[in-house]
Amino acid sequence: MSAHDSLPHDAARLHVTGRARYVDDIPTPADCLHLAFGLSPIARGTITAMDLSAVRSAPGVVAVLTGQDFDTIPDCAPAAHDEPLLSDGTVHYAGQPLFLVIAHSHLAARKAAKLARLDLAEETPILGVEEALAANARFEDGPRIYAKGDVDAALATATHVITGQISLGGQEHFYLEGQAALALPQDNGDMVIHASTQHPTEIQHKVADALGLPMHAVRVEVRRMGGGFGGKESQGNALAIACAVAAARTGRPAKMRYDRDDDFLITGKRHDIVIAYKVGIDQTGRVLGLDFIHALRCGWSMDLSLPVADRAMLHADNAYDLPAARITSHRLRTNHQSATAFRGFGGPQGMVGIERVMDHIAHHLGRDPLEIRRLNYYPEARVARTEASGGSIYEAKMAEATPRSGVTPYGMEVRDFILHGLTERLAQSCDYAGRREAIAAWNAQSPMMRRGIALSPVKFGISFTLTHLNQAGALVHVYQDGSIQINHGGTEMGQGLFQKVAQVAASRFGVGMDKIKITATDTGKVPNTSATAASSGTDLNGMAVQAACDAIRDRMAEVAAPHLQAAPSEIVFADGMLRAGGGEMPFATAVAKAYAARVSLSATGFYKTPDIAWDRIAGQGQPFFYFAYGAACTEVVIDTATGENRILRTDILHDAGASLNPALDIGQVEGGFVQGAGWLTTEELVWDDQGRLRTHAPATYKIPACSDRPPVFNVALWDEPNRAETVYRSKAVGEPPFMLGISVLMALSDACAACGPHYPDLQAPATAEAVLAAIDRARGA
Amino acid sequence: MTIRFLLNGEPVEVDAPPTATLLDWLREQRRLTGTKEGCNEGDCGACTVMVTDPDGTARALNACILFLPQLDGRALRTVEGIAGPDGTLHPVQQAMVEHHGSQCGFCTPGFVVSMAVAHLNGRRDHDDQLAGNLCRCTGYAPIIRAAEAATTAPVPDWMRSDAKGLPSASFSVSQISSGGRHWSAIGPSDNGDGGRQPPTCPTSSDELAAWYLDNPEATLIAGATDVGLWVTKGLRDLGPVAFLNKCADLRGIVADDETIHIGAMTSIADLGTFFADRHPSFAELIRRYGSAQVRNAATIGGNIANGSPIGDSPPALIALGAKLHLRRGDERRDIALEDFFLAYGRQDRQKGEFVAAVSLPVQPDHLRCYKLSKRFDQDISAVCGAFNLTIDDGMVTSARIAFGGMAGTAKRALAVETALIGQPWTEVTVIAAQSTFATDFTPLSDMRASASYRLRCAQAMLMRYFHESRGELVNVLEVRS
Repeated sequence: MSAHDSLPHDAARLHVTGRARYVDDIPTPADCLHLAFGLSPIARGTITAMDLSAVRSAPGVVAVLTGQDFDTIPDCAPAAHDEPLLSDGTVHYAGQPLFLVIAHSHLAARKAAKLARLDLAEETPILGVEEALAANARFEDGPRIYAKGDVDAALATATHVITGQISLGGQEHFYLEGQAALALPQDNGDMVIHASTQHPTEIQHKVADALGLPMHAVRVEVRRMGGGFGGKESQGNALAIACAVAAARTGRPAKMRYDRDDDFLITGKRHDIVIAYKVGIDQTGRVLGLDFIHALRCGWSMDLSLPVADRAMLHADNAYDLPAARITSHRLRTNHQSATAFRGFGGPQGMVGIERVMDHIAHHLGRDPLEIRRLNYYPEARVARTEASGGSIYEAKMAEATPRSGVTPYGMEVRDFILHGLTERLAQSCDYAGRREAIAAWNAQSPMMRRGIALSPVKFGISFTLTHLNQAGALVHVYQDGSIQINHGGTEMGQGLFQKVAQVAASRFGVGMDKIKITATDTGKVPNTSATAASSGTDLNGMAVQAACDAIRDRMAEVAAPHLQAAPSEIVFADGMLRAGGGEMPFATAVAKAYAARVSLSATGFYKTPDIAWDRIAGQGQPFFYFAYGAACTEVVIDTATGENRILRTDILHDAGASLNPALDIGQVEGGFVQGAGWLTTEELVWDDQGRLRTHAPATYKIPACSDRPPVFNVALWDEPNRAETVYRSKAVGEPPFMLGISVLMALSDACAACGPHYPDLQAPATAEAVLAAIDRARGA
Repeated sequence: MTIRFLLNGEPVEVDAPPTATLLDWLREQRRLTGTKEGCNEGDCGACTVMVTDPDGTARALNACILFLPQLDGRALRTVEGIAGPDGTLHPVQQAMVEHHGSQCGFCTPGFVVSMAVAHLNGRRDHDDQLAGNLCRCTGYAPIIRAAEAATTAPVPDWMRSDAKGLPSASFSVSQISSGGRHWSAIGPSDNGDGGRQPPTCPTSSDELAAWYLDNPEATLIAGATDVGLWVTKGLRDLGPVAFLNKCADLRGIVADDETIHIGAMTSIADLGTFFADRHPSFAELIRRYGSAQVRNAATIGGNIANGSPIGDSPPALIALGAKLHLRRGDERRDIALEDFFLAYGRQDRQKGEFVAAVSLPVQPDHLRCYKLSKRFDQDISAVCGAFNLTIDDGMVTSARIAFGGMAGTAKRALAVETALIGQPWTEVTVIAAQSTFATDFTPLSDMRASASYRLRCAQAMLMRYFHESRGELVNVLEVRS
């Protein structure tokens, strides 16, 4: 059995020896051309004139293209058709590509791109939330509103009403491998694209559109990415299209990769957001009504902002049962890079909002925030599923004072809630209560330092909210020698998808992992795929591969049954054997017999997620197949004189269902937590008052370094199978752990609150400077 | 210029433009694509390679900001050379596989090389050795588990072969493989790789002094951690350049009973090692200066001569009363270090004059350096304060205080010093002195910090010095759960 085994990443040996090949490592023909964009230095305006003569005459330049070189400028947008590859004469952000340099080398293209003489008529850019609201610069006609119950009545009758606001910064993906694409022209005008993308089908679609070809004439291949995190869902389109255009026009291969600074300047980031809240509670701290306003800066184009903002609304409740709630979401059009998908896809923003509310309520009442959180939790699911062996049974202890609806603000019943038990187990294992007391005592005698602790939960909805995306295909071949090749629509960006799916295939056939060959994602093998996103990769593609394997397995069983004197349904595939009754046959023998019997050993597989339906305009339905859960307890220390801060310890208990590969899943949990902590602490994007990004390289934009991880870091998986029927009862694990990082922000708030009587109103990212400002507020300074 | 070095044990000879980077050469000419480009500015470590000197010292360096001439006469080992000749994984590679230390794998080659160098050098301070390698996937925990698991494994033979191979490597032409395609075969200076004229590589300060007098417009390249970015990010053609790494008499620290004399080509890493006992707070500041890769390349001379308003070493050295030794041809002059920095981007350096050394008096250790940055490791300071006070019988008898990040240059806090000297060493004195910071400094707001925050933290640092002198806990890095 390979499913549930902690095997290393399939490419681990290639990674450590430097032999794992990424797009820029693929050997290219000698005549390969290299591309670079010339970028706008201003955030908003029009092009009066572009003198590109120095660019064209620069050493090594083959051609330079502008928007005027196209009858129709190719579009790069994933949804709205609002992103011309090159400016159409208007400029919408500083960093927007204005022209394309095609040259003999990457360096020659970059150098030439700096030589343009641009005559631009500047207009006043729309940058801030207030400006955008005032100008009614937004996507969609007005704000989107999801509501449940009578919020105004609940607020009017509440014992306490608390209001507040938190702003959360955006986040640069900083995938270590920058965006890259390579186009190889084929005969008859066809095009092969190698791209570092989470969405090969979209690249295929957009390249076909750009070249005026049917999709069948474009094939996209992706073996691996050097990190994606959502940043390669739509942001690679421009490079692939540029390469395809250059290749089609010159008949030569063309490659493009962004230098890191260009990557920062051109591509979208996580949406920043301002969240205002008004919450009414009873005397115990129970929420009666909650009114949220979300204002997201989406940047210049729509990109994926609508579903991102929707998902922020869908996680505005997180783990909490809100009798009445209203979420009003403004999707603002500003002159910045177009904000895009980033791990969590709006969920983290929505979730910080409610965690902040819980923190604020607790401070207002002088209670432990964890008590307030648990008081407001959804009701625990009654009985845990126990059918898969090894799963523990957790009987929820329901001591329900007030019955709760168990229904989200968007009308979905939460049936699989496990956070009561999970929280209790984590609080015990990390000694939350004991440490909270010890920290208070330590703080009382510490002149300069304060420590803080917080335990915060995660409930994350699994499925694409655009329901039709919840489908996947697979192609499995069994060769005459018994070796097996698998292919599916998911892409490998480091998360271990390929290995987990290979483990599924090995388990279905009952063979060792050495028999399974994992192959590059290829639109020529599996068509019409969805992006590898929304944490769905394993759920969807694992099931599709399982279906394909089972189809072949059934055919093999038919062939083997007479030899084993058993019914096909009695045959078990295990240990490289087909077994039934007392008899057995080696897998390879069964394959050979099937081949000789002229039985197909190749199959496609298909899967679509059941039981989901969602109306995003009404804000009602069942957008998610299930929820993934987790909780983290983090302890921090702050310097009250400078705001400098450190994580001291983090304990995590995370729900990956019956994990397909606990080692890889723990890797997602550890990495997601640190990435989430980075978002909320040191990762600060700074645009100047002209709308120019000032933090466009790792010298100025600081993702966590080695020593920023918690020095004490205990991570465990909750050992209960998924109640939903997923592949081997596992749960999606890509995005949910990111939000465990919220515990860091809450712990910092706790430490700041230990400095004075007032609510610290900590904003994010909680840089040292932001922490010092919060300390001031706590002190009333 | 023809450059000769060992590449994964094999002698190579390269004829390259002077400012061609090692990373581009490896990837584009040699097709050794294991070494990755992550940022092209020395901040992510994906391009980390191991470079061994003739004396056997092995270091991790960033290939993206290492120019090929800097490699001449040294041994280079890339990730492709970390496993044994028969494919046996190095212990750190094996541990990275077993502990799930790679996810997307793109940063992994750089980590593996940094870890292999640390393993070779017996270093167990993994967080410091790996501070210059960024990983966006793993959260680092499994990488550190791997590093720890590998520490007890013996160093493989092949990892020691560079040190043995170098002195004897005669680089006889018959043994030398060509460096891939000849550089000029790419095209007629497509890359516009700086001046095509060969660089000069003086082997002594006398030679440098004479040459620089004749070529005063030239760019001097020490460790290239700053000049490298002029090329990779600024896309500048540098014109004539001189590489100083062979000026042996400019490198090294000599101390007698009175004076510590530091040659300009002394690496920041060596500086940190030297001061670990004499001025441990300075050494701790240097621990957070750049990363292992950067400290291995960067020099104290470059750190001073480039006139950064932040610098990190200059504030500490000013507080220690350092003198700067400048040379122009045969003329030499010494100035107080703080007088070298005239204004932002402007230093008291004549055409053809170069920083030869810095020296400082041997003294009891009262120095405390406080570095404030958005991230603790490998980040440029928002404020860097250095305090050197003498307290006799409860009175402040001397004070030298300097800051980086508070003005257009590293700058001494003369008004603050004046407010302290002759006063009792009390909280009242400190508070009074805090009000004088605004006389000394009018800091700017930028992406690292606001002006008001900078000023306030500079003041707080003086109070921190006071608290620290009372034995109180003042450093969040010393707090444990």
